[in-house]
Order: sequence, then C-alpha cells, then structure tokens
Amino acid sequence: MLNLLIIYFLLAVGIFLLPKSIKLQKGVLIAVVHLAAFIWFASKIQFISAEKPIILFAHWIPELGLNIEFLLDGLSLAFALLVSGIGASVFLYAHSYMKSYDYTDKFFFFLFLFSGAMLGLVMSSNLIQLFIFWEFTTVLSFFLISFFHEKEVARKAAFQSLVITFFGGLGLLAGILLIGSVVDSYSLNDWIAGSEKIKESSLYLPGLLLILLGVFTKSAQFPFHFWLPEAMQAPAPVSAYLHSATMVKAGVFLLARLSPALGGTAEWTFIVPLFGVITMLIGSYFAITQTDLKIILAYTTINALGILVLLIGIDTRLSIKAAVLFLFIHAFYKASLFMVAGFIEKKTGTRDLNELGGLKKSFPITFGIALLALLSMAGLPPMLGFLGKELIYEAKVQSPGFGSLIFIFGVISNIFMFAVSMRLIFKVFLGKPKNSYNVSKIKNVMFVLGPGLLVLLSLIFGISPNFLGKWIIDPAMSVIYAEPVKAELKLWHGFNLVLFLSLATVAAGALLSYILIKKDWIEEKWRKINKIIFPVRFPEVFSYALEKFVAISVSKTKVMQHGYHRYYILTIILFTAALLWLQLYFTRGWHLETSITFQPFYISGLVLIIVLATLFTVLTRSRIAAIIAMGVTGYGLSLIFLYYSAVDLAITQILAETLMVVMFMLILQRLPVFARLSAKATKIRDLIVASIFGSAMTLVAIKAINVDFNNPISEYFMANSYDKAFGKNVVNVILVDFRALDTLGEVTVLVVAALGVSVLLNSKKPKT
Amino acid sequence: MNSVILQIASKYVRWLLVIFSVIILIRGHNYPGGGFIGGLLAGLSLAYKGFAFTPELLKKEIKIKPEGYMGIGLILIFISIWPGVFLKTAIMQGVWFTIPFPFTEGFKFGTPFLFDIGVFFTVIGVTLLFLFSLSYEKIWK
Amino acid sequence: MEVVLAILVGILYTAGVYMLLRRSILKFIIGIIFMGNATNLLVFLSAGLIHGSPAFVDGTTTNSAQLADPLPQALVLTAIVIGLGMVVFILALKYKFFEVTGTDDLDQLKQTDSQK
Repeated sequence: MLNLLIIYFLLAVGIFLLPKSIKLQKGVLIAVVHLAAFIWFASKIQFISAEKPIILFAHWIPELGLNIEFLLDGLSLAFALLVSGIGASVFLYAHSYMKSYDYTDKFFFFLFLFSGAMLGLVMSSNLIQLFIFWEFTTVLSFFLISFFHEKEVARKAAFQSLVITFFGGLGLLAGILLIGSVVDSYSLNDWIAGSEKIKESSLYLPGLLLILLGVFTKSAQFPFHFWLPEAMQAPAPVSAYLHSATMVKAGVFLLARLSPALGGTAEWTFIVPLFGVITMLIGSYFAITQTDLKIILAYTTINALGILVLLIGIDTRLSIKAAVLFLFIHAFYKASLFMVAGFIEKKTGTRDLNELGGLKKSFPITFGIALLALLSMAGLPPMLGFLGKELIYEAKVQSPGFGSLIFIFGVISNIFMFAVSMRLIFKVFLGKPKNSYNVSKIKNVMFVLGPGLLVLLSLIFGISPNFLGKWIIDPAMSVIYAEPVKAELKLWHGFNLVLFLSLATVAAGALLSYILIKKDWIEEKWRKINKIIFPVRFPEVFSYALEKFVAISVSKTKVMQHGYHRYYILTIILFTAALLWLQLYFTRGWHLETSITFQPFYISGLVLIIVLATLFTVLTRSRIAAIIAMGVTGYGLSLIFLYYSAVDLAITQILAETLMVVMFMLILQRLPVFARLSAKATKIRDLIVASIFGSAMTLVAIKAINVDFNNPISEYFMANSYDKAFGKNVVNVILVDFRALDTLGEVTVLVVAALGVSVLLNSKKPKT
Repeated sequence: MNSVILQIASKYVRWLLVIFSVIILIRGHNYPGGGFIGGLLAGLSLAYKGFAFTPELLKKEIKIKPEGYMGIGLILIFISIWPGVFLKTAIMQGVWFTIPFPFTEGFKFGTPFLFDIGVFFTVIGVTLLFLFSLSYEKIWK
Repeated sequence: MEVVLAILVGILYTAGVYMLLRRSILKFIIGIIFMGNATNLLVFLSAGLIHGSPAFVDGTTTNSAQLADPLPQALVLTAIVIGLGMVVFILALKYKFFEVTGTDDLDQLKQTDSQK
C-alpha cells in the first residue's frame, strides 16, 4: 500500500520531467496508472472479503503515539476502488477536456497528487496520519478550484472552500486529540477497542462535536454547504472527481470509519441524522430552481451527501447497507453527469439551462449516457439508483427515533430529485434545438468513454446487484457495523410498502416536473418566493464575516504593534513583573536561613562601589564616563566571583568586560552624543517600572538562596572529575567534558554572532 | 593614539601574552584557565598591536585571518567529537591516552583537551573578528 | 552577605530596565549589559556562597559538599561569553541602524519601514 502511494507521489512529480512527446498523452498515462491501481485493489477483493484486512505498521514517533498505520479493509477498499476507478475515467476525460488550456502540467500534477492523498486518507488507520492526508486534500482542492485563477470568482470560491474546510480541519484535529487523550492512542484499532471508555468519558461530546465539525465542513453539510456550489468554478474533471469519489466523500468516509468507535450513542443518532436531513432537503430543494447546469448538479451532490450522513447516523443494519450502496450509486451517476455537463459547456459555450435545448440530435451518445445517469439519479429501474432508493426508503421506514419524520422528508426530497432529473432531461436534451452543433464523432470518443463506462456499470449492477453486494458492500458494511454482515441485494423487492412509496414518489415527481417544464412562469415565481423566504445568502454572510474578522484583526494589530520599541519592552517587563509578584504573593513567607550581615566589610564596600558605578552610568551625560563606569560594575562583579570561590568565572568576567569596553570605545566615536530625549515624567514612570521589576528580582534572589536542591548533580561532577575525566578543575571539566555539548552550542553562537557582526559592518553602506 | 612606549612594548609584550595564554590553556584542565580564558586573552594580545598602531597595520600584518582561526577551532572541535563514537559508547565522550614525557609521569592528552584547544582557537577568531569589524573605518588616528 | 548581594541583583536589574527604556541606542545596550550582569549574579547567588574553597579536586578529595558548586559557575561562564557575543552583535546591529537611518532615537525605528 505504501509503495502504491509512493509511486503516486513520485509519478506526480515526474509529470514535469516527461519528454514533450509523451507529455501530450499524460492524461491517458495517468489514467492507466489509476487503472493499474484499480486492478491491484480489485485483486484484493477476494482476500479482504474474507474478513482479512491488510495492515501495514511502522513506527514514526512512538513516544507521541504517532505511527504510520495503513489499513486496507472492506471500507477502505470500497473507497479505494472508487477513487482509483473513477480516477481512471476522470483522467481519461480530462485528457481531452484540458487540451485547450495552458498549464496542464500543473493541473495534472495537482489532480494526481489529489487522488494520491485521497487514497492515503482512505487507507490510514492512524487518525493523526489521516488528518495529514485530510489537510493535504484540502490544500490541493484549493489549487484545483482556483485553476482558472485569472477569474476573480474562481479565486474567491477557492479561498472560501479553503477557509471553511481548514476551519473544519482544525476542529477535526482538536476532536482527534481530545478523544485520543481518552484512550491515549491515535490508532483506529485502539479507538474501536476502547469504544466503551470513550463513550463514557466526559470528553466524548466535545470530541464528537469537533470531529463532526470537520466532517460537516468537508462533506458540505448544512450550514457549511454553500462552498460546494461556489466551487463550481473548477474545471469540469475536477468537479466530477471532487463530487463523486473524493474530497466531499472524505467526510462521509471518516464518519463511517469512526462509526464503530463513536457511533450508536444517543448523541450520535440525534446530531448526525439531524444535519443529514436538513442538508438533504436543502440540496434537493435548491437544485430545482437553479438554471446553471453545474450548480444544479452541485446541489444534488449536497442532497446525496445529506442522505449519506443521515444513513450513517441512523446506524441500523439496513441504513448502513443503503449508505454503502448509495455511495457507489452516487459516484457512478454524479461523475458521469459532471463529465457530460463539462462536455456540453465546452461544445455549446454555455451551461445555462434556458439557453440549452434539444441537444439530443447533436449529441446522441451523450444523451444516452446522461439519460441513464439521470434515471439512476431519479431512482428509476433498471438502474442501480432504483435499488438504492428502495433500500433508503426501507432504512428510513425502519429507522428508530424520529423515524417517521425522516421518512416524510426523505419522500419529499426524492420527489424533488425526480423532478430535477426530469427537468434536466427535458430542458437540455429534448425539446426544440436552440442551436445546432456539428461535432466530429471520433474526437469525442475520449469524452464519452469515461462517463459511458460508469453508466454502463451502473446499469449492469442495477440488473444484477449481487456481485457488488457480495464482494464490496458486505465487507464495507461489516467494517462499519463492526461485525460480519450479509447484504442481499435484489432489483425486485416484491409488492410492499416501499414499492408503493416509490410509485407515489414517481407520480408526485412527474407531476412536479411536468408543471415546471411546461410553465416557465411558475419556476420564475418560485425563484422569487425563494428569495423572499430565504433572504440570507450564505456566501455573502461568509465574506461579510471574513471582512469583519480581518478589520478587527487590523485594528487590534494597530493597537498591539504600535512600532515603539520602548513600549514593547515596557509591556514585556510589566507583565513579567506582574507574574513574578503574583508568584511571590502565592508563595509568600520564607525561612531565611542566613542572617543579614555586612561582613566581610570589604565585600560590602565592593557592593557599594558597584552600586555607585551603576548609578553613575545611569545618570552621567558623558558617554565615555558611562562606559567606564559600566566597566567598573563588571570588574566589581568579577571580584565578588573571585572572593566566592569562582576563579575561572572571575578571570572570564574580567576579560569579557575588557573586551566589551574596548569595543564600546571603538564604536563610540561613530555614534552621536546622548541626546536628552525623554521628558521628566517619562523618566519617573520608567524608574517606577524598573523598581517594580528590580524589587521583584531581589525577592526572587533571596528566595533562590534557600531553595534546597535535592541531590545536586554537581556531586556527580565532583566525584568523577578526577577519576574519569582526569581534571582537577571541575568547572573546566564540566565545560569541556561533562557538558561539552553546551559548550559546542555556545561556540557556535559565538561564531554566528561574529560572522553576523562582520557581515553587518563590512557590508557597503546602502545608497539612499 | 601615538604612544611610543605602547608601540615599542607591543612588539615584545604581545608575544609574551600569547605564550601566557597558551600556558593558561594547557593548565586549564587542572588549574584556573582553559579555552575561553586563554582564547580571550590570546585574542586581545594579538590585537594589542592594533591598539598601539592602527587596525589597518594589524590587518595587514596578521598571518591568519580571524575566519581562519574560527575555522581551525571548529575543525578541532569537530575532530574531538568522533573518537567517543568509535572507541567508547557515546558521541563526545572523552578518550584519554598518555604521551610519555621524560622526567614526568607523562602528559595526559584526551579529546576534551582537543575540544578545549578548539574552543581556544574559535574564541581567538571571534575576538579578532569583533575587533576588526568594529574598527572597520579609520577612526583611531 | 547573601541578602546584600540579592539587593545588588535588584539594583542592577532596576538600572538595566531603566536603561532599556531609554531612547538612545547606547543606553539601551548598556541596559542589556546590566541585565546580563544581574542575571549572572542571580544564578551564581542561587548556588550558595562559599568563600575560599573553589571546586578543585584530586583523587583524595572527600569533602566535596564544602566546595563551591561548580555547575552554576560553568553555566555563568558560558553565559558571560555568550552575553559578550550578543552585546557585540546588538552593538553592530544598532550601529547599522544608526548608519542607515541617521538617527540615534529608537522611536524613529518605527518609520524606517515606510520610508522606502
């Protein structure tokens, strides 16, 4: 598995290096790579369906619980098959689609990496690792959506999706860390094993909410759904891929992945279906009145995502089965529909529904493909979609909790979906041709090959669903349900409540679509009413909020980053002093073991001299006097060191002080004299601040004297200095032997400082 | 700063100071002294002539550039790191051996000492570079 | 004596902070040196003061508890030398600042970004 990913990433980079003649065919080449991956995954079906996941484990940072863990089980296999299989058809399509654009290298590079990241995501079983791939897809989707970056709308849409999905990604990371702290592991296996412990923990609800935030933003659930229609600025192959098998499905995947670990609780079965239902309704409702082909499809994707989240949330055997099946159904029809939409836009120059019509004559094959795909979307036999719809109804009917409501909303949503499908068929392909288009058929083979295959699969699986059921859906279901499950799939379920519901849906949907297609004014009215009922436009709210956020940040930064050097220092000192005093207050009261004495008197005298020199340095107006007085302070300190048994220290201090004074003298003549810059009030204020800090430090120093070190490490140094390091001077032995690494660091700092000084001062004066 | 005494003295005292600093370096392991102190002292001693005459004269006269001292020092430090890896268990661990020396019990030499010599040279280089950089323009006349 | 030295630490810190808050470059650097000295003394002080028995050992030393603690000394020694390097670097940096902007006043630092 790891090899596969490495191959993906290497090849993606390799695109840039290909010779020109091969480069022309890069779309096909990548499609072949995806096909190979698909075959590799398909060859594992039999192995994995026997309940034997393939596991790859490698240590990364085991101390932090971070390991490289890959897992190929039923669920990830289902997703991997989708990613690689649909990837193959998308790349084949993109090969033709992208021919007329520049910078296709970049495009294929990003898209290739994107599919690699998605594969990595679905095969990860360490959640931190999964998060990394998750963010990887977010970043890459930004580049893909903003591919036409000359257009402002594209940049805006890409930015919007980036911000929203990153925001959710942060939530996801926080959630993973929270729940990970409960079981002390980020491995999926540990999460599933510790499922009970997680659910009992008080961190469960916050963790779940944060993870759901990540899932909902990624999978465009209400109220984050709006980025998806906006992201239609991407090239058609990207839309097809993002909507069908990758990106938005990542959220659904994570939900299914974590269902055994986090699912089944009251919170789960309430929150998840709730958002799923709302999203489902919003998606289908808004899909009806749109006129842009791709935006209609985007809303139907939102609907489908809502259904998937809802089904996983219901968390019964039937709903999971329906979810896995619907995943495939949706991927098949949505990918092909987007490719068809892209094709139509390319050939006709528009994707406005009102300007299209009667395309059946010009593009008969495309019409056939679209018809089958739309039938699947509408949930009509003999397509796989019919099967899915039946199962979903069944799941909803049998769902516990607020099942009846879900079920009513489900019917409404499906009526809308039916109407949307019919509207697309009639508006785009049937009716009077508004224009006629002449296209050579051979050139278009590449365009229709990908979507054609997918639709055919949808048809074949619809007629004989058991192959899909046994080999792919069963293992995936078993993983989500965390126990072996068998799913029987049939096209014909017999006469029952569900069939009746389907018939009713079709009838109502047909009526609705008839009205919509025949009476344009109703549609217009509806759109106007919508504007009144739903006055809030989410993207506008988003950009408004973002603008406000930036404005607040700017004004805050202006206050914080005023640009006055002194006030930064003042702030730092004041805060430090406040913290010190606070800590001194908390630990007030101490036992002073040493008596207050001025003996020996010469040290007291020395201290007095140092204090006087310091005061002189502060007060004098002569620079040379200030520096010499500063030198006196330093020499005085070295004498204190010398008296208290620190010989090396004293010598070093004397030499360093000498060097420092010399250097000050060297540079002094090039600096102006002290100017009297501060007012008296400022000086008094500074003195007060300095005194607060200084007095705190005095107390800290007195406290530090009485700190009792348990087992000072110096004892070890003393004991071993002569025997093991052959040195009598323990200080020197510490420097060059016991703690030589510190000294190495110190020497490095010195060298860097010296080189820095040399570069700073020896460089030419900039011409102004 | 044209002091004849200082100028004459600098010729002889300088080398005395350098020799002194080397002694300080060598005795550093057992008595007060060592690489830092020796290096600072040696750096100041080498620069002594610069104080007496001009920095330009010193710059012309000096054989090894400050960067050269730093390079020598860092190379010595680098060399001293490795014997511990190959002969003992850990990086930078001290390795000692005795060089026989007539009339004494022998001179103990080890990688920590080599390390100290490296520090010595590096500090010389750093000190000289500081002084040279800060006196770049002709100020001392 | 410890208390006297602790007060000295406080006075050095006070002087250092006061100098840091001045607008002149040179005073600022002197402030940094005072802060550095004060910190060195603080670390040295915290190990306890022992007069007249530096940490020199040979094979026969047994009274190691009565010797001065060598570790803070080694740390302070390192700190002195690094402090020297840092001060010189700041000196050079501030000098360059003066050379480029032509002013000694740190408050003028604010304007240099927008000048170009």
